[in-house]
Order: sequence, then C-alpha cells, then structure tokens
Amino acid sequence: MPSNYFSKIFSQSPFTAMQEHMEIVEQCVQQLPSFFTAVIKEDHNQAKAVYKEIGKLEHKADALKKKLRLHMPKSLFMPVARRDLLELLLVQDKAANQSKDIAGLIVGRKMIFPEALANLLPDYVKRCVDACKQAKKVINELDELVETGFAGKEVKVVASIINELDSIESETDKLQVKVRAALMKIEKDLPPVDVMFYYKVIEGIGEVADISERIGSRVELLLAK
Amino acid sequence: MDHATIYILLAGVLGLFMAWGIGANDVANAMGTPIGAKALTIKQAVIIAAIFEFAGAFLAGGQVTSTIRKGIIDSGAAAQSPELLIFGMLASLIAAGLWLVIASRAGWPVSTTHTIVGAIVGFAIVGLGVDAVSWGKVGKIVMSWVVSPVLSGALAFFLLRSVQKLILNTDDPIKNAKKYVPIYIFATGFMISLVTLFKGLKHIGLHLSTAQNYSIAVVSGLVIMGVGMFYISKLKFDPSDDKEFHFANVEKIFSILMVVTACAIAFAHGSNDVANAVGPMAAVISIANEGVVTQKSVMPVWILFVGGIGIVLGLAMYGKKVIATVGNNITELTPSRGFACLLAASTTVVIASGTGLPISTTHTLVGAVLGIGLARGIGALNLSVVGTIFMSWIITLPAGALLSIFFFYFFKGIFS
Repeated sequence: MPSNYFSKIFSQSPFTAMQEHMEIVEQCVQQLPSFFTAVIKEDHNQAKAVYKEIGKLEHKADALKKKLRLHMPKSLFMPVARRDLLELLLVQDKAANQSKDIAGLIVGRKMIFPEALANLLPDYVKRCVDACKQAKKVINELDELVETGFAGKEVKVVASIINELDSIESETDKLQVKVRAALMKIEKDLPPVDVMFYYKVIEGIGEVADISERIGSRVELLLAK
Repeated sequence: MDHATIYILLAGVLGLFMAWGIGANDVANAMGTPIGAKALTIKQAVIIAAIFEFAGAFLAGGQVTSTIRKGIIDSGAAAQSPELLIFGMLASLIAAGLWLVIASRAGWPVSTTHTIVGAIVGFAIVGLGVDAVSWGKVGKIVMSWVVSPVLSGALAFFLLRSVQKLILNTDDPIKNAKKYVPIYIFATGFMISLVTLFKGLKHIGLHLSTAQNYSIAVVSGLVIMGVGMFYISKLKFDPSDDKEFHFANVEKIFSILMVVTACAIAFAHGSNDVANAVGPMAAVISIANEGVVTQKSVMPVWILFVGGIGIVLGLAMYGKKVIATVGNNITELTPSRGFACLLAASTTVVIASGTGLPISTTHTLVGAVLGIGLARGIGALNLSVVGTIFMSWIITLPAGALLSIFFFYFFKGIFS
C-alpha cells in the first residue's frame, strides 16, 4: 500500500527504548542492597537467589541492548549523533554487568565479610545504588529533551539532575575511603587472599557509582551542540 | 449508444474509480497524524475528512483540475482530432489507476499526481506529437514537485521552532500554550478561508473584492479561533499526567489545534488531489459533449462534485482501515509536532492548488516531517525510506507514460 510508506519514515524512537533499557539496568542494580543483606547474614541460599535474579535482569538488558543496536542503522536521522547514543547505551549496560560481576564474585567464592566491613557496607552499597537511580532520572528526561528540541529550560532541568548525580558520586568516593580504611585496620589478621578480594569488591561497588556518573556525562555530551 | 455517450460513461466510471482510490489510500497519510497523536478518534477523523475533503475538492479544486484538463496539452495541437484527446485522457485514467494498483500490490511508494501527469504527457507525445505538450507548464509542474516538499519542510521547521521557543521551553508551558495556540488556530483558519474565497467562490458565482475577501477571511479566522478557545477553556488538566511525561498536559492544548489543522489538511488534499481523477474526466466530458476542443469551455461544477463523492466513498469503504494503520505507526507525531507538520503541508498544498499546480500531498507531508526532524523534534526518521519515496517518482513518470501509451492505442483500435 503506498500510504504505508508515509508511516515507514518513522522509526521507533530510540529514546523510548533507551529509557526501557535503563529501567531494566536500574532494576538490576537495585538488587544489590538485598543481595548484600543476605550475604552479611550469611544466608547463602538467599544470596544465590538474588544473584540469579541479577543475572536474569542483566541478560534482559543485554538482549534489549542488542535489539536497540540493530534498530539503529546508519540511515536513521536522529536529533543527536548516533555514535553518542550508542556509547550511552554501552555505559548504561555496563552498570548491569558490573552488578552481576560483584554478585558473581561473592557467590562464587562464598565470601563472608568480617564484622568491621559488614557494618559499613550496606550504607556504601546503598549510596552507590542511589547514584544509579539518579542516572535513571537523567535518562527519563530524554523524551522531554526531544520534545523541546534539546534546548531551553529542559536543558537546565537535566543539568541540575546531573549535578545531583555528581554529588552523590563524590559522596560514594568518600564512603569508599572509609570502608577501605576499616579494612586496612584489620587486614593483618585475615587471610591475604580474602583481603585481596574484599578490596576488589569494595572497588567494584564504587564502580557502579562511577558508571552512573558516566551516564550523566554522556547525556551532557548529547546536550552540547 | 453513440460513441460520445460511451466516452462520457467510461470517463465517469474511471474518474469515480480514481477518486475512490484516492479516498481509500491517499487520505490516510494526511488523516493518520491526528489519529496517531490521539487528537481524534477514527470515526471523528473519517467524518472530518469526508466533510473537508469534499469542501476542498468542490470549493478549491477547480484550478488544479483545469491544469490537468487543459494545461498540460496545448489545445491547438488537439483541435483537429478531438477524438485522440478523448482516447488519451481515458488511457491516462486507466494507466494511472492500474499503475497505482500494481505499485500498491508491490509495495512501491507512488504518487497519484505524478502518475497522472506522466500518463498525460506520455500519450500526448506519442499520439499528438512532442509539440502538443506545453513543456513550459510541465516544467513548472515538475519544479513544484521539488519546491513543495522543501517549502513545507522549511515551514514545519520554523513552526516547530516557534512552538519550542514560545511554549515548550518556557517556565510555564501551559500558560503560554493557552496564550499562543489560539494564534496558530487563527492563522490556520485565516489561510484556508482566504484560499477558498479567492479560488473557490468564483465558480459558485460569488464575486467579491480583495478587501472583502481579506475581511471575511479575518472574521472566519477569528470565529474558528473563538471556537478553539472555548474548547481549550473546557480542558481539564491533571498534574499527575505529567509524571511520566512532563508535557502531557500541554499536549492536550495542542490537540485542539491539531483538530483544526486536520481539517486544513483534508481541505488541502481535496483541493489538490481530486483533480487527478476529475481533470481527465472533465476533459473527456467537455469534448464529447461539444465535439470540439476549446480552451474556454467552462467545466460543469457537478464534475468536481462527483470527484468529492468518489473520495468520500473510498474513505468510508476502505480508508478507515488504512487511516487506523497509518495512525498507529506514527504516534511519534505528538500534537505539538503533528500540528506543525500538518499546518506546513496544508499551507503549501493550498498555495499550490491556488496557482493550479498539481503536487503530491504525501511528498509535501514527508517534507514537513523532515523539517520537524531538522528542528531536533523527532526521535528517529528512516532516511532510506525517504530516499525511496523521492526516487519513486523518477520511475512513476515513465511507467505512467508507457501504460497510457499502451491504452491510447488500445482505445484508438477499438473506437476508430
């Protein structure tokens, strides 16, 4: 039918799909607090169950990422550069991957955290997850940005959300310093290999916040003309 | 039955069929937008399309019809053999109708306008000689096919930019929408009224001065604006709607504007596209009636009426479904973008109709959509499809021409 050609000009908006992807990524990252609760309680079955859920969500995000990439051919005309959008997608996806890596490491090694760490970890994890939540807020503004043609007041709204994200991330940096210091105090009395992996987990959690911050800066790039 | 009666009957049936096809397929491109934006229900869209397509065809369709009827072929060349012109016009109708069916089946994007112009030029070259074609006029028509999408794209770009600047990118979009949307409504009403007054009322027998025309257009623009403001004042805004998408309530105001621009595009489409069916039909009927080719012959008004009826029939029988399909695929055109697109396209088409240039409404709409995209207002546009659409008329012209040449000889063989 000739008329359908008119509607074929419209490709599915990548921005809606980006938001869907971020939604799943955030759900995935959001599992971390309950995962750590289970680990700290030394409830390995529960931890395994949450890890499974994380894996499922990570897989879902991955599948959506692949689909989105396929739907972004070079002939697509978008209000932002295609490359910027694909890179943003990649960073979003990394947040889910990172969560899965941390959880996988802990489950795989059946890690048990010493009390000094167990006291500090939940707050640290929560703040890092907050950063991801804030990053989702940024992505949620994408359709409003399209509506306003990436200009005007909406840009200021997005900029303030990103500012908030940056300050959450620097908070997590400070928390990380605190957690490491606590670990350093007791590291002499612990098996060295375990200590090595504790540091790795601490860094890994912080990476979630770092990735979230990078999502914000990728969106800032979209705003720059 | 004598030949003249057969010619008139054939022309009537074929013309009606073409108009039916335009109503069934073509209208959907214009009327799908308000459906996609959820500004109208399917039923409302069909009713609006029926009324305004008909009004456009009847009130402002005369100019383009006369171009198709006698503007492309130099009547001097056909004067000695009026029958050849009849065969040619009948052949053009069949060729265009057939080509549209073939292309639709194969999924090629084609334009009715381009097919019919190609068909008329085709038979004229073969049947009447190269000199019989008014190449100056044809050149102008082809130029208008390039200019119309560009013009409507530029208009859409600036319309959307103005909406972003005046309404969306401000601190209180709802307040500003209430302030500025009536102005856009006025502009739409004024533009449509003006073209109707200048071009449409002549064949009804009303003659008004320029000043009268302008003042009536201003008044009717104001009336339409008043009606629009009444509906805007009745809108209910629910802040919770803005949770997911902050502009949900502002878009409600644009929905009202979209209804007005939907009327405008239906009117514009009727004024331009009905000529594709009615032009050749009118040519056959006037020659068959009078037996001679005259440049001055006045076209009976009832012929435009038949064209309008054909479109409405096609719309009612088949167009509903196509409108629903198209509408579902273009939800990206929210009311604020869709209105810019429709207003730009209808303005361009109505101007072209006023100057008697047959252009493609769909191509003009495509141009407008690209303009919206350039204003960074749309998620993603598929440029390869745009390329196919514009490439298609390079194929459509010779295809229409070849088919009409074939049918020209076919009729010549049967009737003489």
